[in-house]
Amino acid sequence: MLEIRDVYKTYDGQPLLRGISLRLNANETICLLGASGSGKSTLLRMIAGLELPDSGQIMWEGLDLASTPTHLRDFGLVFQDYALFPHLDVFDNVAFGLKMKSWAYGEIEKRVNEVLNLVGMNNFISRKVTDLSGGEQQRVALARALAPRPRMLMFDEPLGALDRALREDLLNQLRGILHQTHIPAIYVTHDQEEAFTIADRVLMLHSGRIVREGKPTEVWTNPGSAWAAEFLGLGNAIEGDCKSRNEKSKMWNIKTAFGNFDVNCEHKHNVGDKVRLLVRPALAEEGSVIRGRVTDVVFQQDRFKVTLENKLFVYLQSAPKIGQIIKGKVAVKCLG
Amino acid sequence: MLWFLPLSFLAVFFFYPFFRILGYSFSSISFINSNLQLAFHVLVFTFYQAILSTLFTLLIGLPAAYLFARFDFRGKTLLRALTLVPFMLPTVVVAAGFNALLGPRGWVNLGLMRTLGLSSPPIQFVGTLGAILIAHVFYNTTIVIRIVGNALARLDPKLNQAAHSLGADSRRVWWNVSLPLLLPSLLAASLLVFLFDFSSFGVILLLGGPSFATLEVEIYIQALELLNLPLAALLAFIQLLCTLAFAILYTRFSNRSTVQSAQRAEQSNLRKPKAMLEKTFVAGMLILLISFFIFPMLALPLRSVSRLDADRGQYGSVQVGLTIDYYKELFINRNSSIFYVPPVQAAANSLGYAGATVLLSLLLGFPAASALAKPGRLERILDPILIIPLGASAVTLGLGFILAFGHWLAYPWLVPLAHTLVALPFVIRTLQPALASIPDRLRQAAASLGASPFRVWQTVDWPILQRATLTAATFAFTISLGEFGATVLLSRPDYPTIPIAIYRFLSQPGGLNYGQAMAMATLLMVLTTAGILLIEKLRLPGAGEF
Repeated sequence: MLEIRDVYKTYDGQPLLRGISLRLNANETICLLGASGSGKSTLLRMIAGLELPDSGQIMWEGLDLASTPTHLRDFGLVFQDYALFPHLDVFDNVAFGLKMKSWAYGEIEKRVNEVLNLVGMNNFISRKVTDLSGGEQQRVALARALAPRPRMLMFDEPLGALDRALREDLLNQLRGILHQTHIPAIYVTHDQEEAFTIADRVLMLHSGRIVREGKPTEVWTNPGSAWAAEFLGLGNAIEGDCKSRNEKSKMWNIKTAFGNFDVNCEHKHNVGDKVRLLVRPALAEEGSVIRGRVTDVVFQQDRFKVTLENKLFVYLQSAPKIGQIIKGKVAVKCLG
Repeated sequence: MLWFLPLSFLAVFFFYPFFRILGYSFSSISFINSNLQLAFHVLVFTFYQAILSTLFTLLIGLPAAYLFARFDFRGKTLLRALTLVPFMLPTVVVAAGFNALLGPRGWVNLGLMRTLGLSSPPIQFVGTLGAILIAHVFYNTTIVIRIVGNALARLDPKLNQAAHSLGADSRRVWWNVSLPLLLPSLLAASLLVFLFDFSSFGVILLLGGPSFATLEVEIYIQALELLNLPLAALLAFIQLLCTLAFAILYTRFSNRSTVQSAQRAEQSNLRKPKAMLEKTFVAGMLILLISFFIFPMLALPLRSVSRLDADRGQYGSVQVGLTIDYYKELFINRNSSIFYVPPVQAAANSLGYAGATVLLSLLLGFPAASALAKPGRLERILDPILIIPLGASAVTLGLGFILAFGHWLAYPWLVPLAHTLVALPFVIRTLQPALASIPDRLRQAAASLGASPFRVWQTVDWPILQRATLTAATFAFTISLGEFGATVLLSRPDYPTIPIAIYRFLSQPGGLNYGQAMAMATLLMVLTTAGILLIEKLRLPGAGEF
């Protein structure tokens, strides 16, 4: 469906996007995950036709969209701050796109009721949008984008302005709607939980490039880079030196400030190379042994985050005493 | 108890004269056929010129608003400030400025006469409807620039993008989204411009002459020249009704226009002109605005130091060139002069009146503003009452004074009282937000840190109020200096103010009188501009503009 080839974009002399390529398949929801300022919103705006790439192509079913203006692209767009038309009521907001397509009034009325029903807002049809709460406004904005049956939906941090409980609620609803309507979608966010909940495929954007792409589980188990591991909060990213390689078990022995670890690694390293390691905080049956004196214990609902004197942290089921020395096995992975 | 002083002042000097006007206009001698006929004709012309003026103001103001809202160019802040200056200049200065440029003794006419060898001025400007319209546009364009321009700048670009993504092309985005969102501000700006044009007095009297009788001018003529007070009162009553109606409409629109703005949008809407068409537009508008706003204001001071024609009707060659004679002449009391005092005395009178106005309006404004800053039920009722004088035109105020305090017209102190009435709403509106902006928590924090009530006032209230007080005082001062409508009805020949002196000089023949008018007007312009600049510098960020 959508294909992006090697898109570059510069902002105020600073390179923002440096060769982005991606595909969106039918019925698929992909999520662009990145920190603020990573250029993910700009990429979305270029797909929408609100901005032009410096170079590269944005194509829909093989056709270059460069000469297609926004209003002919037929891509639905949902903004973080909703962007509802304040001079129109809920009905007229949702009907806007249908009127632009010159639908008959009866059809418009039917469709507006249908999509408002889908987002659970059918009781609000004649309300002023300025009187609605944030969550209600975002439902109306979603209905407005859905109404003209766009060939693709785009979400720009749609839940960023809402509080946590509401966000979870809306996110699940959105997930259901996307599955139900089979509209392919691109979802932009900086929140990994949102990304993993909604996406069939996650694309992580960092310093203008896509640094990791895959199913949520794949990205979770193998973040691929120290930046991604840290951004996703997967554990301790530490540095180490490659010491020696055991040819039989194909494991590298890597020396770190926290001890020597034997790490299973598919990268090619030479002795003396500096590498980054991810030390997972969950204790495991198998793995490398870590050991240290407890300096801090924080209660986190279903577990305790325990920080050791060498700044490593692990998750424990019961709280140790500060000053106590603990020992355990954790998974260590090489990030290259 | 705070409001007792300002309220009793208004009762005596506004509402009592106001009821005198009502009394006169509902007397049996005012509702006669000829009066009603004249009132109708005057009303029709007042509407006619106000509507025309508003349309022309929009014609220049809307592209200018677009220029300021959408484009980033060098000197923008300066140009924006420049467009505000005319709005605050006294009417006599604006009239004198246009006279210096396009009047029979102005630069353009004298220049054409010299180069073409003509014996009479080729351009007839003073005394035409065109002069009135141009001066009105000059005055009020800034209203459109500020109200519509601000609304345009704050239009959320996301709304346009959302509309685009829903399939609307640029034309439909404009008709279905931008225009409906701008409409309240557009209507508010038009109504405000209309309101000012409707009740304009000085510009019409000085540039149009008495033959262009609007309600205001006719009130003045009937009251002062024909001494037909019942008819003047009837006209004043009609004027008050109309002003009130427009003011209510304006408030409604301007309330609606403030709801739908996104402050953050302002920056993202700005861009540097890039395409050829944009560059042409920006350059063309810059040339138009700069020449339109600068030429009259430049013509005036230059004309005041240039001798271009004979001092008094003599024939033969005239020494043409730079001169300071017109200024020197201000200090001489000639037997043949139109005053009993040297003209410079008018400046002294004006300064005295302005000083009295500042003291009086602060004395009344502070208690009123403090009462309004913490509104209880009573204050909510009082708020509109304290602001009502704003809606009454200066000429109406003057007429009310004549009707109510006719016996005391010989005394000069009626003038600063009338000026205080004109200035008071501005003073209150300046002080009130400053007073309201001081949160009680600040005072409580200071007190909990050991400050006595006086120290609290000294360390918390006063530093914040200082600026507002100075702004309010400057407002009162410049308003009093330039006040023309009420003063022309109330001032005694032996106590002229600067605007009255300019008016009299302009209506006298001869190059010397004309030169003195220019000199006086230049003085007034310099004083007022200094005041305006001071107010602009002191303005609290975020305070409303109108």
